[in-house]
Amino acid sequence: MSTTPLAPAASPAPEASHAPGASPRPVAHPSYLGVDTTLRSWLLTTDHKRIGVLYLVTLLATMALGGFFALALRIEHLTPNATIVSAMTYNRMFTLHGVIMVWLFLIPSIPSSFGNFVLPMMVGAKDVAFPRLNLLSYWIFVAGSILVLLSTGIGGIDTGWTFYPPYSSISATAVPLALLGVFIIGFSTILTGLNFIVTTHTMRAKGVGWMRLPLFVWSIYATSIIQVLATPVLGMVLLFVVVDNGLGWGLFDPARGGDPVLYQHLFWFYSHPAVYIMVLPGMGVVSEVVASYARKNPFSYKAIAYSSLGIAFVGFLTWGHHMFVAGMSKFDAGAFGVLSMLVAVFSAIKVFNWTWTLKRGAVALKTPLLYIFAFLFLFVFGGMTGVATASMSLDVHWHDTYFIVAHFHFIMVGGTLTAFLAGLHYWFPKMCGRMYPERLGMLSAALVFAGFFVTFFPQFLLGNAGMPRRYFNYPPQFQVLHIVSTVGSWVLAAGLILTAFYFLWSLRWGAPAGPNPWGSRSFEWRTASPPPKHNFRREPPFEIDPYDYTQPLPDEVYQ
Amino acid sequence: MDILRAILALPSGGSTVADRIDLLHGFVITVTMLVSTFVFVTAAWFTARYHRKQDDQLTENVSATRGGEAVLIVGILSMFLLWWVIGFRQYVEVRDPPEGSEVVYVDAKQWMWKFAYADGRVSNDALTVPVGRPIKLVMTSRDVIHSFYVPGFRVKQDVLPGRYTTLWFEVKEPGTYPIWCAEYCGVSHSLMRGEVRALGADDYARWKRQGDRPPPDADCGRGPGSCGDTSLVEQGRLVAERRQCVACHTLDGQKHIGPTWARLYGSERVLADGRRVIADEGYLTRSMMEPTADVVAGYREVMPSYRGTLTAGETSALVELIRSLRDAPAPSGITLPRLEVTAASDGGTSP
Repeated sequence: MSTTPLAPAASPAPEASHAPGASPRPVAHPSYLGVDTTLRSWLLTTDHKRIGVLYLVTLLATMALGGFFALALRIEHLTPNATIVSAMTYNRMFTLHGVIMVWLFLIPSIPSSFGNFVLPMMVGAKDVAFPRLNLLSYWIFVAGSILVLLSTGIGGIDTGWTFYPPYSSISATAVPLALLGVFIIGFSTILTGLNFIVTTHTMRAKGVGWMRLPLFVWSIYATSIIQVLATPVLGMVLLFVVVDNGLGWGLFDPARGGDPVLYQHLFWFYSHPAVYIMVLPGMGVVSEVVASYARKNPFSYKAIAYSSLGIAFVGFLTWGHHMFVAGMSKFDAGAFGVLSMLVAVFSAIKVFNWTWTLKRGAVALKTPLLYIFAFLFLFVFGGMTGVATASMSLDVHWHDTYFIVAHFHFIMVGGTLTAFLAGLHYWFPKMCGRMYPERLGMLSAALVFAGFFVTFFPQFLLGNAGMPRRYFNYPPQFQVLHIVSTVGSWVLAAGLILTAFYFLWSLRWGAPAGPNPWGSRSFEWRTASPPPKHNFRREPPFEIDPYDYTQPLPDEVYQ
Repeated sequence: MDILRAILALPSGGSTVADRIDLLHGFVITVTMLVSTFVFVTAAWFTARYHRKQDDQLTENVSATRGGEAVLIVGILSMFLLWWVIGFRQYVEVRDPPEGSEVVYVDAKQWMWKFAYADGRVSNDALTVPVGRPIKLVMTSRDVIHSFYVPGFRVKQDVLPGRYTTLWFEVKEPGTYPIWCAEYCGVSHSLMRGEVRALGADDYARWKRQGDRPPPDADCGRGPGSCGDTSLVEQGRLVAERRQCVACHTLDGQKHIGPTWARLYGSERVLADGRRVIADEGYLTRSMMEPTADVVAGYREVMPSYRGTLTAGETSALVELIRSLRDAPAPSGITLPRLEVTAASDGGTSP
């Protein structure tokens, strides 16, 4: 490990003192991990750091489950007809893959885990504004997830994650139970968002003005606004589908006087902003990681901060681009097309800012930064194909084909998942007080990038060729591209499994990290790793900016 | 153009709008590739050029200039707006059918396309149109949302229950172009396929006169001797393709949207309501004319009635075909076959 902490540890964390070579010094202040170790103290904790860890562990499990379905779907497509499952099973699997990845992993992924863990530290607070609501939010999430998973046990759900009626109104599968699960998860999303908004407004330490907040806080703040405003609409529309399917109300079923296109408007009014719920926190991670490893101020702090808010606002005005071929008027389509492009301008501003932050910096290429490079390439490619689909005549051909599948996987996996992995490597030393093995990290980052690209790039070509999504049987001329894609998914899986192994290994045998292994100026690195229960032992003055690399960091650690 | 399509894996452009849309496609994707590569290479270059030399290295603050930011925003926005202007104009063109288009009515259901022509004729899964004339489809669905998609024409339109949507195209070259349902519509969504048969002026005139009959055996299925020396079983095969029976029924024992015809004749059928019937001639013809009367257990009630569509000669040819398959060999291990309809060549001759 070539990491030399700039600021020597005032006192190593309790775990660190067991590590070979570490001098056993008396522990002045137990870390949040050591303060109480019973199961009950974890399950009923109101410590934002422990809740962050609970979320992280839960989310890694749901991601593994969603990934398992993804691998099975890819294996099914090795041949044009049935390979390992029947058509009905296939339909249930792609629905579950979507539902799990969207609501049980991507939406809470970065805000609920890293957001919970580092946001209060980044604003210099002891905890979030409502610690008990935070715990409630976690258990609501668990309850909703259990309902969704229970629905698989009683027949699954075969509507696709978009639940389009009237198919979802009449589907004989466990639609009401799964949708109730997602509905309940919505409350957890709202509570978490509310907590972060209030925390950012009221809990900032002395001297931490809005323009001194780490950019991750800005992105989580923007995300929280979307969560609080958009999720109720999803809750409402899902309840409508539940009564449609369960009680035969027919709000969206034309056979009973309903309107299926109304559903699409309501659903995408939430679900398009939800894309930004998933990707904005990832952008926040990129801002932190780039600045820390380039050891330089962001090229334009205000441009990055305000684009987060811009994306959150304009993101609410673009939902119609999911419906260019659903029978919407030409005027509406044109308006939604041009508004969608505005969102891309904000994203482009961020991308160029991150890239130019590296210029004249002191760049150290570590695993998180490698993931950020993958993010830059994949997110730009995915984002620009999004602009391409907003050029409406092209979307007519691409709509509901593999092109769209490839496009949103470039954003969701190439963007959010790589940012999530970058954040995991970046903050792992803070969370556990130990380092991960750097070489293995680099290797797995390369595997993840290569595997991802080989999996999803062929899907752009499949979409161009006209292969519709959600097809169990496909015409045999598409088989070669499908096989390439499936092989790519194995490489991607190998990279992720390797990552899981070395993280588990590092939990026990990783080298002690020290408070600030990356030499970052950001506020969460100014305390011990792992941090004490109340983050900072005394109110830190935060005398230098979170991105000020023009002067040496004071040696003091505010443990 | 062909090189562009080969690189992008696009199907050949069968409609009048395809070329322009593909040009925009090439333009947009080229810029996308260049920009993402540029960002990646720039980031890599900065990383190499400004590599950290010592662990506690400090850096000077570098910030964007107002002018630089403005140029960037204006540049990006103009590029995006240029695409939007071109794309929107094309979108309007694709959406607005020209005056004097020929109208065909489309009725979608799980998992079949039904076409009704102005002269009163109907067909399933096969849409016959002339080359060089705009065709306007007026579409609705009987059950859930479907989407009419012809990749070769670069057109797609959702087909909704309870309302009518339209789509138009003009085919440039004679040939067959697959129709795929693009909106997920249930367990056999991926088998809801059909084809557009675009005919040249002469062939189209003959089709208008004679219907779905291939020229070499134009009268097949119309009665004894109508196919020359062709046996009634062979006539049945031609009818099964012409009328798109094979879109749902297989001849080789594999399960599909409907039951297979192999070893069907003379077997005992368990119906959805629990009754048991023997599949004799009466059962077979009744199932063609009143498909909902005797639905076999395990299948959905999706077959349309062929009363008034099949002639007496065609019906007898089909029954004879099914009779001939009573001792067909055991099915292969594959449960769902490739749909024959996409492999059928123009005019319905045997693939």
